[in-house]
Amino acid sequence: MLLSGRRAGIALGGGIVALVFAYLVWGGIGNNLVYFLTPTELLAKGPAAYGASIRLGGIVQPGTVHWDADRHELRFRLADTNDHNVEVVSTGVPPEMFTEGIGAVVEGVWTPDGVFHCHNLMIKHSNEYRPPPPGAKPAEYYRQLFRKQLS
Amino acid sequence: MALPAVAVGLYLGLVWAPPDAMMGNVQRIMYVHFPSWIATALSYLTGFLCSVLYLVRRRPALDHLAQAGVEVGVLFNTTGLITGSIWGRPTWGVWWTWDPRLTTTAIMLIIFVGYLLVRAFLEDPDARARVGALVAIVGFVTLPIVYFSVRWWRTLHQPQSSPNTVDPEMVVALRTMMVAFALGAAYLISRRYELARLEAAAEQSEVEPGVGTA
Repeated sequence: MLLSGRRAGIALGGGIVALVFAYLVWGGIGNNLVYFLTPTELLAKGPAAYGASIRLGGIVQPGTVHWDADRHELRFRLADTNDHNVEVVSTGVPPEMFTEGIGAVVEGVWTPDGVFHCHNLMIKHSNEYRPPPPGAKPAEYYRQLFRKQLS
Repeated sequence: MALPAVAVGLYLGLVWAPPDAMMGNVQRIMYVHFPSWIATALSYLTGFLCSVLYLVRRRPALDHLAQAGVEVGVLFNTTGLITGSIWGRPTWGVWWTWDPRLTTTAIMLIIFVGYLLVRAFLEDPDARARVGALVAIVGFVTLPIVYFSVRWWRTLHQPQSSPNTVDPEMVVALRTMMVAFALGAAYLISRRYELARLEAAAEQSEVEPGVGTA
């Protein structure tokens, strides 16, 4: 006997939910428990990590940020607390919170020349929320860095 | 009572409290995002406790309250995910990423939507209540996992803030919204409970014509 329309709909919905859940459990979570590698871990992997799709997380090392306005390339070094760091070249549009010393997670591939080519730059915010100091504007660093593109 | 509290909270959050030094005014979405998760937790907790009690006492009223809790929880869970996504795009740079915090919240939502689907599929009120209670109890395991995900694993989402890491004026606005959303959730759960009770009475009168046809 065929199921009535309502029951078939509910069964279909239940099936979809079960499939999505199965995908999350076996497909998503296993790979995502270690959401990103630190520079120390990436360097320890060495050549084995070349070419693979990787997430790398660390601190944007102050003094290493360079924006090439013509080639639309953002270069900086991503460092961790063990003082290891990896050079990153990003070609996407960075979020407005991008600044020196902030946490960042980059998605991309590491190549044998030691450069991490990032296609997706994400900013990791801390759990602190403070009012700006008098006269300061948010994203001032960002505006200065990308002045040529923003004007 | 919840509506005036939301109004006061919104004023405090959107006008009175200062913007964030790094995010500017975008940070104000926190005043809806965080209270949504408080309401989610309280609603699912209601669903969980009433499900446990139902299995012990077998009172239909407990099942109705459990159902109301889960349904309102699904609502606020969705609100939390949507506001988080809107907040994430301008600050993190992405609408969504499969970090452990975001992934576990999505799983939590899917399990409790599953609870509602399973209930809709079962005709017998007793079976519906029993199976539902089981799903709610198992599903509730996700709540502590969600809470601790930012401490156990590396995530893009930041760990919990505390009054030490948040400006005092922002804390006042946040607490107001927290109370407002908790009251709102309690109100919605009580209305949904009332509705579930009426539905059960109507179901009963269909099975036994003449009963409860007032």
